Amino acid sequence: MNAGFNARGFYTLFAKEVRRFLKVTVQTVLTPMVTALLYLLVFGQALEAHVEVYEGVSYSAFLVPGLMMMSIIQNAFANSSSSIIQSKMTGNLVFVLLAPISSLEFFAAFVLAAVVRGLLVALAVYGVSVLFIDLPLAHPWAIAVFAVIGSATLGALGVIAGIWADKYDQLAGFQNFFILPLSFLSGVFYSIHALPGVWQQISHFNPFFYLIDGFRWGFFGQGDASVVISLSVSLGFLLMLSGLGLYLLLKGYKIRR
Amino acid sequence: MTTAISIQQVHKRFASLQALKGISMEVPQGSFFGLLGPNGAGKSTLISIMAGLARADAGAISIMGHDVVSAWRQSRHVLGVVPQELVYDPFFSVREVLRLQSGYFGLGRGNDAWIEELLETLSLSDKADTNLQELSGGMKRRVLIAQALVHRPEVVVLDEPTAGVDVELRQSLWRFARRLHREGHTILLTTHYLEEAESLCDEIAILNHGEVVTRDSKQALLARYPWRTLHITVDSSTFQLPEALVSLLTDADDNCLTFRLHRERDTIGEVLAALQSAGLTVVDLSTEEVGLEEVFLHLTGQSRGIV
Repeated sequence: MNAGFNARGFYTLFAKEVRRFLKVTVQTVLTPMVTALLYLLVFGQALEAHVEVYEGVSYSAFLVPGLMMMSIIQNAFANSSSSIIQSKMTGNLVFVLLAPISSLEFFAAFVLAAVVRGLLVALAVYGVSVLFIDLPLAHPWAIAVFAVIGSATLGALGVIAGIWADKYDQLAGFQNFFILPLSFLSGVFYSIHALPGVWQQISHFNPFFYLIDGFRWGFFGQGDASVVISLSVSLGFLLMLSGLGLYLLLKGYKIRR
Repeated sequence: MTTAISIQQVHKRFASLQALKGISMEVPQGSFFGLLGPNGAGKSTLISIMAGLARADAGAISIMGHDVVSAWRQSRHVLGVVPQELVYDPFFSVREVLRLQSGYFGLGRGNDAWIEELLETLSLSDKADTNLQELSGGMKRRVLIAQALVHRPEVVVLDEPTAGVDVELRQSLWRFARRLHREGHTILLTTHYLEEAESLCDEIAILNHGEVVTRDSKQALLARYPWRTLHITVDSSTFQLPEALVSLLTDADDNCLTFRLHRERDTIGEVLAALQSAGLTVVDLSTEEVGLEEVFLHLTGQSRGIV
């Protein structure tokens, strides 16, 4: 009796989540773009003359895809997680919970809105960067695929964290002690080949490394890992997190008593 | 009369607290049903299970014949809940939240006319484009009601709708609730204001410690408590009360006497005659019929002031 898909319900929730972050674009799009550009300015200026990661690719150019993916990771996560915890804390999540919206519709709406924000921020970083830096586009399909997978993955992780956290403090902990270190240690600023052996091995257990490496492969046609492996690991991570997020929603974990 | 809400053997436990202990009752379609009980009685838990906000450990609830678990989409379509807490989304205006809520229920712009009607009826038209953050508590309460009605549910749950609102708004909400009832909605009201339940409801259930203490029509419930109160002021504060009246006296303050009379055994005439024979002149007299509060306190074994 509950089969089917409440397409309008899903779309309304998705559109609401997009409109929510668009109402505060300075905070949700402009600020992350400026942050990424500051990294580019500081690290690019400091290391441009000393580091050449890939042959014929300037360090600043190398840095841009990494910063774009880091922006995707942090903003897609922030979008779904902050919206859910805010709705939980203020109590207005009840309006969605009272409606005939399934766990899948709920999950898809939040993840898709996170994808939109992730892509918008990445496009903003790209749009400003190409004014100063020459960036090749070796495999545009890979750029699009990894950008979508990356933002969906972090959107899903944001749903999980938003459901799990009982207060903003816990969410900040999740963001600062998990998302931020993993994104910084995933090859945003360097090739993992520049790391000592053991750290290279450890980096291969960081799922964010594959997102960034595959994304960067889309620009330069070269990366630290095979693009097939990067795609497989990234998709696997997305499916695993989606499964977990949907499971928590189906169980009503911390949102339905 | 068909059943709007059917509750069968519902159990719910939170850690060591058994919140609901096998609740069973039916709310007839078209009734104005009062669900009363002291804090912690299980009212909110029961409503949460009806609305899908909580899950029962055992038992079943159906709304207009739709099981809230196996047919949750249908049951939510026929149920509108006005939450007790004054919750709102700070990002949107009144009209925007109503359109969003309408969309969640699968309704498109075709529902806009009804949204405008709700805004008009609830005196929200001039605030329609105002952000919810900027509204007063009373206005936010009206928006909550509009949100609950946006998908035209047949059954409406008003969970403490007048808690913390001023007298004027309370009267206005009462009028609106009566209108909904007249228009054919089944209303389930939980309230701490027993005069509210007495004024609005035709059927009442009282919950206490997770169990239904009683469930009856309001008239039958009131009739079940056979006492009424008689206040008499006499012309003297020094007197000897006739022996026949001593057992009926519940309070004496100077020359004001309060008697508790049994509807069938005691008559006002007998009391007056006894006072007259004791040489006392009655200066003033008033009677007080039993209210729901007395019945509630009697059935839940509580004292006044902690309802």
